[in-house]
Amino acid sequence: MIDTKVINQEAVLKILETVTDPEVPVLSIIDLGIVRKIEIYDAIAKPPSVGLRIFITPTYTGCPAMDVINMNIRLALIEHGFTKVEIKSVLSPAWTTDWMTETGKQKLKDYGIAPPNIKQQVCTQEAFQKEEAVQCPLCNSYHTQMISRFGSTACKALYKCNDCQEPFDYFKCH
Amino acid sequence: MSHPSNNISTNQPINYSTSQLLNYTLHLADNTLILAQRQSAWCGHGPVLEQDIAITNISLDLLGQARNFYQYAAELINQSTNQPINQSTHQPATEDTLAYLRDTRDFKNCLLVEQENGDWGKTILRLFFFSNYQYILYEKLQHSKDEQLAAIAAKALKEVVYHVRWSSEWVIRLGDGTVESNQRMIKAIDELWPYVNELFINAAYENALLEEKIAVDISSFKNKWLEKTTAIFDEATLQIPQDVFAQSGGKQGIHTEKFGYILAEMQFMQRAYPNSVW
Repeated sequence: MIDTKVINQEAVLKILETVTDPEVPVLSIIDLGIVRKIEIYDAIAKPPSVGLRIFITPTYTGCPAMDVINMNIRLALIEHGFTKVEIKSVLSPAWTTDWMTETGKQKLKDYGIAPPNIKQQVCTQEAFQKEEAVQCPLCNSYHTQMISRFGSTACKALYKCNDCQEPFDYFKCH
Repeated sequence: MSHPSNNISTNQPINYSTSQLLNYTLHLADNTLILAQRQSAWCGHGPVLEQDIAITNISLDLLGQARNFYQYAAELINQSTNQPINQSTHQPATEDTLAYLRDTRDFKNCLLVEQENGDWGKTILRLFFFSNYQYILYEKLQHSKDEQLAAIAAKALKEVVYHVRWSSEWVIRLGDGTVESNQRMIKAIDELWPYVNELFINAAYENALLEEKIAVDISSFKNKWLEKTTAIFDEATLQIPQDVFAQSGGKQGIHTEKFGYILAEMQFMQRAYPNSVW
């Protein structure tokens, strides 16, 4: 239990690091880069207690994981004694995979999901473009091909490695 | 988030510019909800698994946009009058009351999105027409003076780029495919073209918001849309129809016959079992 009377951003961040993406459970919401701001304010004078405002931004517009993430943030904070928690959704600036931490990308790779490329290579509306070169997370070959632009979730595409023949998910550059 | 332009105290009666902003927001929301609802009927029925997943994920993107717009619309309603949209329940407006408890005449989506799915070709063509329009619209709307509409548009634009690409590829594939697929695309064009023009007619609520630079003057973008459509049609060996009678009315709440069936299916649970949840 954290002493809620003396609280700083770092302590809150530590708690938020335990909240994971329900669809990619190796990633915390900090790794994902969706926590945009934490505000700590005095909620009640007596007994002294603080309130928290957590600003998060959705990954994809229709991502169904966001509702679950909101609830999990609330539960994690309540567990540590924070009862006054507001979670606010911020749309602008729009989330990009560039905000994903390096640790997060490494965790993805270890989990068998190819992490997003640094710069979006296919970002225009022109038809029949060359697909991105994606590295196989298992054998590191770039000799891969896209099977489906959408995989098990909107944020992932389904790929196949032509060298080791394994299918894998690619966390799309967004 | 704060919306400085809409800071209206809760006691004030609904004001003209807020109600136009509300109508515009609902129009944007309804377009995306109804198309998402139509397309999601393909779930489990797509021609191949990868494309089934693609169209349903695209529908999910659209539904996400709808949620953002409805949440904002609900905020505008609750701020301005304190009057719930459904007066009998005395609940504040929410994204759900707006989607599930309004009637046909309250929906302001354009007629194009409510057209029946038909075959895969017609579904693709409808999405191509709509995404091409939506791309042009959001490109401008992301600079709207209304911060929330701008933020929703900027966020959604990244996804719409892909909808345009995906549907363009399929229009080309089918138009320039077999004799059968080409014939089906020609039929789909005949069926959908009458609903294209409405996309580019400003409704009263759009005109009212032009001066404040909140709404996009979509009437000035028809040529840009035609250019892109023509380029894709050329590659697909398809023709742009000439002199077709144009239907309109959806943006004012006057819908085609099929619209009631969409609501009947979509709203049934909330009508039959009010406030039921998952």
